[in-house]
Amino acid sequence: MGRYIVRRFLWMLLVIFVVSLITFSLQHAVPGGPFDREKKLPAEIMANLQDKYHLNDPLPKQYVDYMADILIPHITTKDEVPSLLTDALIKIDIGDVRIKWMNWGPSYASRSRTVNDIFKAQLPISAQLGLLAMLVALLIGVPMGILAALRQNTVFDYLGMGVAIFGVSVPVIVLGPILIWIFAVTLGWFPATGWGTLKQAVMPSVALGLASSALIARLTRASLLQVIREDYIRTARAKGLAERMVIIGHALKNAMIPVVTILGPMFAALTTGTFITEQIFGIPGMGKHFITSIGNRDYPVIMGTTLLYSFFLVAANLVVDITYAWLDPRIRYS
Amino acid sequence: MTAQSTTAGVTALRVRKETNLWVDAFGRLIRNRAAVVGGLIVICLILTAIFAPLLAPRDYASQVLEDNNKLPSWMLLIFPSTKPYAQISNDYPIGADYVGRDMLSRIIYGTRVSLSVALMGPLISLLVGLVFGTISGYFGKGVDNVMMRFVDIMYAFPTLLLIILLMAFFRSTTQAAVTGTLRGTMTAIDAKLGGMFFIYIGIGLTAWMGMARLARGQILSLKEKEFIEAARTIGASDMRIMVRHILPNIIGPLIVAETLAIPTYITFEAFLSFIGLGVNPPTPSWGSMISDGSAALRTYPNQAVFPALALAITMFAFNFLGDGLRDALDPRMRGTMK
Repeated sequence: MGRYIVRRFLWMLLVIFVVSLITFSLQHAVPGGPFDREKKLPAEIMANLQDKYHLNDPLPKQYVDYMADILIPHITTKDEVPSLLTDALIKIDIGDVRIKWMNWGPSYASRSRTVNDIFKAQLPISAQLGLLAMLVALLIGVPMGILAALRQNTVFDYLGMGVAIFGVSVPVIVLGPILIWIFAVTLGWFPATGWGTLKQAVMPSVALGLASSALIARLTRASLLQVIREDYIRTARAKGLAERMVIIGHALKNAMIPVVTILGPMFAALTTGTFITEQIFGIPGMGKHFITSIGNRDYPVIMGTTLLYSFFLVAANLVVDITYAWLDPRIRYS
Repeated sequence: MTAQSTTAGVTALRVRKETNLWVDAFGRLIRNRAAVVGGLIVICLILTAIFAPLLAPRDYASQVLEDNNKLPSWMLLIFPSTKPYAQISNDYPIGADYVGRDMLSRIIYGTRVSLSVALMGPLISLLVGLVFGTISGYFGKGVDNVMMRFVDIMYAFPTLLLIILLMAFFRSTTQAAVTGTLRGTMTAIDAKLGGMFFIYIGIGLTAWMGMARLARGQILSLKEKEFIEAARTIGASDMRIMVRHILPNIIGPLIVAETLAIPTYITFEAFLSFIGLGVNPPTPSWGSMISDGSAALRTYPNQAVFPALALAITMFAFNFLGDGLRDALDPRMRGTMK
């Protein structure tokens, strides 16, 4: 098991490395630079800016410097002069010594904020939205799937599958405006935009989570239908166990394995899905920064966002793989 | 004489009774009511896309600024809140948008964008995935290992981020493109298609990995079969074996997988147009119409609701059809997830 985890972890590092390489090449392949304006900057100022951010260095050097700033811890003293260029996400003070780690660089577009500031302010919002959407998906999907499986071919089953088809077919850009129109504009139950209160969180979480709840419902139903035909379920029934105990104690546990495995990719889909949801509901999360950073050629923000999202994606998959290997020992040895 | 005609009769009988996978599948598909409805809607959408110039009451791009945000009178029944300020004009069946373009015509022309993505997305990702997966699965060993690890890495890339990056790349290189070069030609094609060409490529480049894995898996199980061995013994080349013997045997599941993926491609285009990286204005895409309409959701809800309905109906139709097709071609998969 230990060796399996180590192997998967090293693989994860390689994946993130390649993603960083692709993103870095792609962003520099796009013509134009971060300081190109309609009205051209004077040549001296341009040269100074290019110099300050080392944009005239050869690309491989820029890449190595960038990665080194993030990965290599930096040791200074407590009374160092703070600077946007040497800001870091993680700062630990031990006596007079300050250890800094993860310098994600300055944001070229907003000269007073670093990428670390953007992460600190916006990431929690996107993460909250993603997690709430996941909660919605599980709370709607699992009970609906169980009900559909236990009452197969009844109105519950058809209703459940109807909702599932609806969830898959209605993307967030359709559901979002319609929810806003019905529940914010017409009925006035929820605020249309913003973030911070529970009321504001309801509509975006449902809009984002409904499609995933459909997926979970279908998966739960199929998996539970398969499990309740197994011999050991018949045995459990034969020994006189109450039906409720058979389902909860024996069937559900095994039926949930496929559902657990899909949570990783689903979490990834939800975190990237927050991009669009944030746009629709006017939520100040990471999504807007990524889209505007591409237009602005704000290299550190593009790199930072992509790397962060990839990290979540790969880490979620890693957790799922490990859970799966723990549940099913055959996987560890393949 | 009689013996001959009997034989002929028997042959005719056999021909009539002979069924194959596709005939069986079609029979099952026809019996699936949801899939039939989905299929009929898809056919209607295809006809709408082809005959858009005949069906649309007006030109999709011509603006009549004084008609902006006009509503037909029946709309007041659905959206009573618009009554105090709306300009009423029955010239526009479902209203005009913020610069006075006919919404209905734009939705009708928008069918072209969504449906062409529904056609080109699968084609490009199938082509790339098939070539990649076939080579990987057929040659196996080291080649397979390297190629499949690459697929794994691409899988870990957040698709939406990658496609946004790619679109930004395509869009901004177009300004620097010189006619005559490859980039110049691509840019010219893209401009002619209202910005859709790069959407096809963007989708194709980000959606082929699933197909590659599927194709490879199919080939791995196929290539040990006797008939491949036999083909090799009589001296068929690798290329010939792949194209003539393996390809026809693996294409079925791939087509089903692509059909199921169509709604995803349609959503990608709508997402891209929604955030402004999709089609070039004034080409009407439902995604960009929803985006424009969302800005006026409080005052003129019809401007977002109608394109949203068009998109939802299309997604329903393709989902029903795809589900039905999968059930018909592989009855064991019935009721499972995608």
